[in-house]
Amino acid sequence: MAPFFKFGYFGPEVGLIIALISGIGFGFWLERAGFGESRKLALQFYFRDMTVLKVMFMAIVTAMLGLLYLTLFGWLDLSKVFVNPTFWVAQVVGGLIFGVGFAIGGYCPGTSVVGAVLGRIDAYFFLAGALFGMLVFGEMFSLLKNLYNAGAMGVVTLGQWLGVSSGMAAFLVTLLAVGMFVGAEWLESKFREEPAE
Amino acid sequence: MKEQKFWNPYWAGVGLGLTLLFTFVLMGRGLGASGALMRFDVWFLKLIAPGHVQANPYFAKYAEHTLSNWLVFELIGVMIGGFLSGALAGRLKVKTGKGPRISDKGRWILAFVGGAFIGFAARLARGCTSGQALTGGATLALGSWAFMFAVFAGAYATAYFVRKQWI
Repeated sequence: MAPFFKFGYFGPEVGLIIALISGIGFGFWLERAGFGESRKLALQFYFRDMTVLKVMFMAIVTAMLGLLYLTLFGWLDLSKVFVNPTFWVAQVVGGLIFGVGFAIGGYCPGTSVVGAVLGRIDAYFFLAGALFGMLVFGEMFSLLKNLYNAGAMGVVTLGQWLGVSSGMAAFLVTLLAVGMFVGAEWLESKFREEPAE
Repeated sequence: MKEQKFWNPYWAGVGLGLTLLFTFVLMGRGLGASGALMRFDVWFLKLIAPGHVQANPYFAKYAEHTLSNWLVFELIGVMIGGFLSGALAGRLKVKTGKGPRISDKGRWILAFVGGAFIGFAARLARGCTSGQALTGGATLALGSWAFMFAVFAGAYATAYFVRKQWI
């Protein structure tokens, strides 16, 4: 039964090999989608290239439905899959600052690594900045500790928060994604002034 | 070699989602990126100021097995996968990504500044677009969805002020 690691099918050393394989897949798909290019990522924020939104939501829906159906078939114990705990204040404040940085920097951490191996010089400056920003956070941790733990709610899912079943929550997220895709196509037809790269 | 087109975003999204599902099924966890970068920071700090790492509770969390860690191996995989894909598509090229209205140097400065914001924010939010938005998004974690919408809000609010960099 999955997740295999949690049921002791293999140890942490094999886990590291799986980490490497997962990463290769991750990096491959990011690059295939064009996420090694900072400008392509940033054009998302001018409605000219909605690739970020499309890839992101398609990936979320795919993995979410996969988890849901594997659980339904009894092949996966969802309670053993890590769910990020909610610290909503820290995550909203962090998310807003992150968004500011995304529009200015053009990358996020994972995509900047892809940009770097492709040879994009701006990705190296971004990575240096990210390493610096993390260092600043660590150095200031005693001042930031309260904010870091603000809005703690433990492990809460969208379904629990909305008071609906996990199947219903997944259905709503799928609907949201389809709505986003329709909106993204419309926005691109309106704002795209150059052919897609 | 001529540069190939990027793949269809919806199919790339399915591929990415299946990769994420693969790690959920095998490991019971998702993907990440910023956590591995943090570990490179701590690794470097340990070289130059080991006492400083021990004295700071945030750095000390990463003090043991700093680099022999799941996320670090995963990020090395990202380098390999991104390089392979770029090589196969003829996209390996030293250049600076930017719009036509900004100098290379101006873009480098902004890349560093944006990176610093993101590095700080990713630690505050306990993850980035990979560990929070993508992974937490797929497990329907409430805070990860809050993070994702906040990222889009922050980015759209800032875009106007840096438009010369991109369009």
